[in-house]
Amino acid sequence: MKTHNSFDEQYQFTGKVKSWSLIAIVIGVITIFAGVLTKQTEQTFDNLLLMGYYFTCVCAAGVMFCAIQYAAQAGWSASLLRVPQAFGKVLPVAGLILIVIVVSGLFITHTVTAEDGKSHVEPYLYAGWATHDLTIKGSGIYDSVIAGKSGFLNIPFFLIRMVGMLGCYSLFGWLLFKYSENEDELGGMKFYNKSFIASCVFLVIFGFTVPVFAFDTIMSLEARWFSTMFGWYNLAALWVSGLSVMTLVIIYLRKAGYLPWVTLDHLHNMGLFMFAFSVFWTYLWFAQFLLTWYANIPEEAAYFIRRWEPSFKPWFWLNIVINFGAPLLVLMSRDSKRYIGTLKAMCIILIIGHWLDYFQMIMPGTIGPKEHWYTEFSWIEPGIFIGFAGLFTFLVLNALSKFKSLIPKKHPFLAESLHHHI
Amino acid sequence: MSNTKFILGLFDDPDLMMHGIDKLQKNSIPIYDVYTPMPIHGIDDKLGIKPSRLGYAAFMFGCLGGTTIFSLVYYFLVHDWPIDIGGKPAFAAPSFIPATFEWTVLFTAFGMTATFFFATHLFPGRAPRVMDFRATDDRFVIAIDAKGNVPHEDITNLLKEAGAVEIKHNDRKYVSYE
Repeated sequence: MKTHNSFDEQYQFTGKVKSWSLIAIVIGVITIFAGVLTKQTEQTFDNLLLMGYYFTCVCAAGVMFCAIQYAAQAGWSASLLRVPQAFGKVLPVAGLILIVIVVSGLFITHTVTAEDGKSHVEPYLYAGWATHDLTIKGSGIYDSVIAGKSGFLNIPFFLIRMVGMLGCYSLFGWLLFKYSENEDELGGMKFYNKSFIASCVFLVIFGFTVPVFAFDTIMSLEARWFSTMFGWYNLAALWVSGLSVMTLVIIYLRKAGYLPWVTLDHLHNMGLFMFAFSVFWTYLWFAQFLLTWYANIPEEAAYFIRRWEPSFKPWFWLNIVINFGAPLLVLMSRDSKRYIGTLKAMCIILIIGHWLDYFQMIMPGTIGPKEHWYTEFSWIEPGIFIGFAGLFTFLVLNALSKFKSLIPKKHPFLAESLHHHI
Repeated sequence: MSNTKFILGLFDDPDLMMHGIDKLQKNSIPIYDVYTPMPIHGIDDKLGIKPSRLGYAAFMFGCLGGTTIFSLVYYFLVHDWPIDIGGKPAFAAPSFIPATFEWTVLFTAFGMTATFFFATHLFPGRAPRVMDFRATDDRFVIAIDAKGNVPHEDITNLLKEAGAVEIKHNDRKYVSYE
């Protein structure tokens, strides 16, 4: 290993990846315009929300990864911390994009005609609670349940919460990479100790607020329904998808000739994480499902009834097969975690799998069932997915190229990471 | 011909012991086994020990546990004595899953423990087989089968050169039988 002469090597963001990520962004933008022009604005908005949320979650998972490593005083991961740090660096942009999507979804309205022939004005996103007349008595569409929740679910407080939470996560992401950069310059234990404290504070805040973030952004789409499991279930999805993306970026960087110090042992650990938290995700998914199914209370069961419509049922089961069956059967053995081809394929499968998971959370309550299960998604879904994938690649690799070195070279546990062996 | 069955090199430092292994291997002296008070990274590769198959055992025990309880619950609640619980069908598969999960874990844990005891000859009430008592305390022990063709003198000298603090020529394999 030539680790000693490559510590100062910077990542060069050029060539094919750059052009392809820009092309992907263009595809995404074209899809948005085409979606609006072909009068599928609602579906476009739902997809934007899906990908905006996914993008933010993956970036937040980067901050969470750094924070967990510092709080646990883990040594093995020290040499690959730059990758999650880059995710954290992109988090403010991701959060901003999500806020723009949410704000425009809340304030751009259209007129909907109900089954009884009466029409009312509702926003494209969060129509379940943000529609103006819902909480006004005698308006014709007055909903006492929503009116009762309006102390929490109202537009100003909703936006304050969202800006507050995303701002807070971004601040901690920024702090963690700033400390790490300063540590590179000055060395010593000072910045490590600061990172430790910042990580602990972040994890407490994140742990308590991330369920609220999930309730707000996704669960409130079906405002009459609620589940206290939903927040943790989303946290598990955030963490698994974040780990998969992180592993994929590390594999890409190694293939491109960077990170020579990241060995199969580090990738094995990432594979372990992906495997373990896929099972954790399933545990939470199932816990939410079982309780609802067993109690069989109408206002709770309504959520799953919508997902058991013929047009969603195949996707509902595919979700479990991909996100539980695939990692369970493939990632269980030691060899498959140490063979880069398999690990890479699993990353891609899990990334798509958790897209489908978010699709399952959002679409049945917003655009609702269509004629067939296979027409449930059209060209808009892949288009916007590609757009955000390109945006993510561009921003993260750009953030990586800004680091003076791809390794926190004065991290106190660096030697442990360089000699990591399992 | 001496009665020596095993030659033990006792080291007080794991690094010296690792170099000792290298030295012995360079001189083509087959190592019977190495005993250390704590796990040492990379020693399996160095000694050419095959990866443990405990994981496969775990998988099989897990499958056994899952199948057992699922069949049992199916027999009880669907075949033998169906009960109407909250209007659910008798074969209410989702409610079988927690029990299936628990038994999978239980069988895996017990099965792995049993397999480990079986493979290491550790049974309750049986004195463990130990080649040198201090290998569980503060000595790193390399054991060499003395029946090879290499003169015992050479082995002793090599171990001494490598930094062994004590060298034992044992007439019996284990210091503790029953």
